[in-house]
Formats: sequence, structure tokens, C-alpha cells
Amino acid sequence: MTKKAWVLLAALAVLGVAGCETTGVPYDVETGGLTDAQVALLAEQRVYFDFDSSTISSESRAIIEAHAADMRARRGASVALEGHCDERGTREYNLALGERRAQAVARLFRALGVAANRITTVSYGEEKPVALEHNEAAWRQNRRVEIIKR
Amino acid sequence: MVRRVGLLLVAWGLIACSQTAQAVLTIEITQSADVGLPIAIVPFALAGKDKPAHDVAAVVEADLARSGRFAPVPRKHFLGTPHEDQDVVFKDWRRIKAEALLIGKKKKLPNGQWQVEFRLYDVFKGKQLAGYIFRVDENALRATAHQISDVVYERLTGEPGAFSSRIAYVTKETHKKRNIYKLQVADSDGYGPVTIVKSPEPLLSPAWSPDGARLAYVSFEEQRSMVYAQSLVDGRREKLAEFTGINGAPAWSPDGKRLALTLSRDGNPEIYVMDFASRRLTRLTKNYAIDTEPAWSPDGRHIIFTSDRAGQPQIYRMDADGGDVTRLTFEGSYNARASYAPDGATLTLVSRNGGAYHIAILHLANNLLQVLTDTPLDESPSFAPNGRMVLYATEVRGGGVLASVSADGRVRQVFKFEQGDVREPAWSPSNQPLQYTE
Repeated sequence: MTKKAWVLLAALAVLGVAGCETTGVPYDVETGGLTDAQVALLAEQRVYFDFDSSTISSESRAIIEAHAADMRARRGASVALEGHCDERGTREYNLALGERRAQAVARLFRALGVAANRITTVSYGEEKPVALEHNEAAWRQNRRVEIIKR
Repeated sequence: MVRRVGLLLVAWGLIACSQTAQAVLTIEITQSADVGLPIAIVPFALAGKDKPAHDVAAVVEADLARSGRFAPVPRKHFLGTPHEDQDVVFKDWRRIKAEALLIGKKKKLPNGQWQVEFRLYDVFKGKQLAGYIFRVDENALRATAHQISDVVYERLTGEPGAFSSRIAYVTKETHKKRNIYKLQVADSDGYGPVTIVKSPEPLLSPAWSPDGARLAYVSFEEQRSMVYAQSLVDGRREKLAEFTGINGAPAWSPDGKRLALTLSRDGNPEIYVMDFASRRLTRLTKNYAIDTEPAWSPDGRHIIFTSDRAGQPQIYRMDADGGDVTRLTFEGSYNARASYAPDGATLTLVSRNGGAYHIAILHLANNLLQVLTDTPLDESPSFAPNGRMVLYATEVRGGGVLASVSADGRVRQVFKFEQGDVREPAWSPSNQPLQYTE
């Protein structure tokens, strides 16, 4: 065997070994390459906020990242972000605060590679609570952005 | 001494338009003043067989009691029930410590109208203070009663009454999981509500035009906030703002020619002024923060608004062209939705104290913040056109109700509707001017 042939064989061997050692997650066309954890997070369509705040928590960020990955995979999809507040404080201020929450989520979607023209935001202020009681547990559920994909 | 009786001719206009509506509301005085002028109100005599649809004297008595400035003397203490001037015996009224006396009579005229006559006396001076005859249609009898209350209030306190004004508010009912929102207008005592708008989507922020003929409001009927204006005379409405983002917080200028509002079409909520004639928009605020809830000063020179530019919502004042911004509130971490008293000396606003949201008055001369209420979720305060009461929304046993408090905080009452949530009250501007010959 010539020296050239040995080199070729060695190269093939290396390639072969490398091929066997590839243990990454297979690209699943149906999930668009999302991790299992991200697929699970897609069930979460609400992210929550502290009082008078539009800061996105790390928990919320993971949910938004999953939806953004899903958006990147599904080119035709668009997302509507609905900002909501709890009943405390004034209605018009809350209308503004709800918009600020929706925009904070929209900004993160854009930063994660989702084109701006695929994102719409709307604020409902405190007008559409999901929990109707007047206590902290209800308020916590109502301070939210709803992520609605189409 | 001349005891004259004047003929009061009133331009009914809008009041005549309101259909007879079911009284679905009662008012409960939850805190009353210990001091009020004792006034004896004698039930009005009824001449003839026809009975009127409304008890005029009872409406007047309820009005005056609600104001907190009067303490009607219980009828059981009366030593007589005069209806005619010559039957009034002042010493009988002095004996039961009444300081003022109101008598009257009513009768149906051949043309179907009602004639209502009243006389108001100062018991201690033994002198007539006012006397008028009204000739009105039957459906205007309650309005007539409110006019009488206004005359009594003005003669005895020296300040105009606000009983002939109206209130606008939003109700929310839920039937089989479907929401129905209604923007309604009623008399100042909550009587005779008329629905102006009905929608399956939220309605909010009703704002009266200075002539009381139109309401601007925010509707979500197209799944996002847009500002409309609607005539109360013919029901015609127009969409004033449908820009990208928020369209909200409408407020008419005192001359009725402009509308301040909040738009976020440039990215975040800013205050704009729309000129009605040209539809031209002028942006007044330029700030990364939330700027919203504009309200004009009575002289039209300033606009106050809520901004969180310092981190939390507080009240600011600027010139009507957007210049010279000054912060007005410093006490507490949340002050919002301010509006001026008619004299421009005070503001009413929502102020957080601990975890609770109360109605407060800010005295502009000394920056003193006076908290008027002690319930936890109070909002949407607006002054009566005479500045003596504040109407607001609060919560009782889990439901939204309207309430009012005297501007000194002494008298409070809750308006109880039969069903549904009631919110977003707005008190109409000044009463319709009285035109009368004396």
C-alpha cells in the first residue's frame, strides 16, 4: 500500500469514528428543531409580571425563547401579544402599562430573530382579567402577556 | 316684604330626550355629616285627582340630604303642613329647630302639563327667600325637583347646586359567560339611566364635552382601544382616533374645540391634542415614560397628566402647548388620574396608601394631599360641577359600584345598582342655565 493510501484510510477512519460519536439531538422537522423542554414550554401561552412592572423574569424568558424558536421554524406564523394588568390603579395608566408589557415581550421576540412584521401588540389594560377575585392570587394571574400564535 | 313667585322657564333639551327608564338604583348614605342646615320640607299639596309620576318634595329632600350640607327635619316632628304662604306659622318651625322651610303644591293643567309651585323661607328671619312656578311635562317632574334643589342649595349656601347635572358611567353584566358593556347616562341621583353605547367589548373613560351635549369614550369594539365621540342629542358618533397602539384617555378642552388624548402611535404613550376643526394632532409630551390621563385646567391654560417618568406614576402639570412641565405630587408612590375642581384650586386623584387606592384631593396652594376615602380599590374620581362632591368607583362585596364623597370628606354614599358591575363614572359639567322671570 502506498503512503498515499494509508493517509486516505486514516482520514476515513477518523471520519468514521467522528460519525459514530455524533450524539446530538436529531433535527425533528415537525418541531422545527426545538428541544423537548422547549416543546413542553410551548404549552405556556402566558407570561406573568410583578406589580407596575414590565420586567421579564427568567422563567418567562425561557417560555418566550421557546415560542421564538417555534416562530423561526414556522415561517408563516405570526404572533399577537396581548398585554394585561391587574385591577389595581387607574384604567388608563393600566392601558399604558399593558402595552409596555406587550412591547417588552415583542422586543425579546425580535432580539431572538423573529421579524417585527410578524409581531403585533395590543393592550387590554385591566379590562380582561382571567381571575375575577380581588386578591393577590387573582392579581398575579391577571398581570400577564398572552402569546397568541397563528 | 314682598313675597313674589317667579315663573321659571327651563330649556329642557336633553332631559326631554331621556326615555322613562326603570329605577334600578338606590342610594345609601354610608357616612353622614353631624352638622347640616336643618331644613323642613313639607310634602307638596296635590290639587285635583291626577297623581304625578314623581314625588317632587321627596326628590328634593333626598338631594339635599345627599349633599351633606343639609339635615332634613323628620316629617313626624312637623307641627303643621302648610302649602300656602298665608298658612306658614314661623314659630312652629322655630320650635322644631328648622332653620329653613320649603313648601309647595302641584297640579295637572288642562294641557297635560304639571304646574309646580314652591316657596323657600328663612325661618328665623321669617322671610321668603325664593318662590317659583314651573310648568313642565310630566316626564320632567324629577328634573324640576332637581331644579328646586338647586335653587334651595344656592339660596341657603351661596353656592350653586349640582343636582340638575348628570352622570355617565359604564356597566358590565355577564350573561352565560358573555359580557355586555353599556355606557349609560343618568340623573345626578342615578335615576333614569339611558344606555348610550352597548358592546360585547370593554368601554371606558367617558368624558363630557363642556356643553354636556357629547361624550367621548374609549371602545374596544374593534379588539383594540379607539376613541369615539357621540352626541347625546341625536346619537351620532364618530371615530376620532384609531392609530397604531393605544388610543385613550380623551379630555375635552374647556372651550370644546380641542381634545387631549393619549396615543402610543410613536412607540409609547404620549399626550396629544386634537383640534376638532382641522383634525390636526399636536404631540405635547416627549418622554420614554408612560404619559397619560390628561385633564385640562378650567381656564384651559394647563394640562395635568399622569407620568411614571420618575419611576412611579405621579401627577405633572404642563402648559397647554406642552411647555414648562412641573411635578405636582410627591406624597406616596402612586398618584394618578387627576382632574381639576371647577375653581381650579384643587385636584381630585387616585392615591395609593400602603396597598390601598383611595380618592384624594390635592390642594394646589399648599401641596397638601387630603385623603377622602378609606376603601381599598377606589378609582375614577370626578368633581361635581359645583366642586362640592366627588363621584368615584369603588368595590363593595366583590362588585363595582359608584360612590360619592363630599369634598370635605364628611359625607359618603354608595349608589347601589340591581345588577352588574358599575365603573368609570364621570360627572357632567355645569347645570343647564336656568332662564326665568321673577
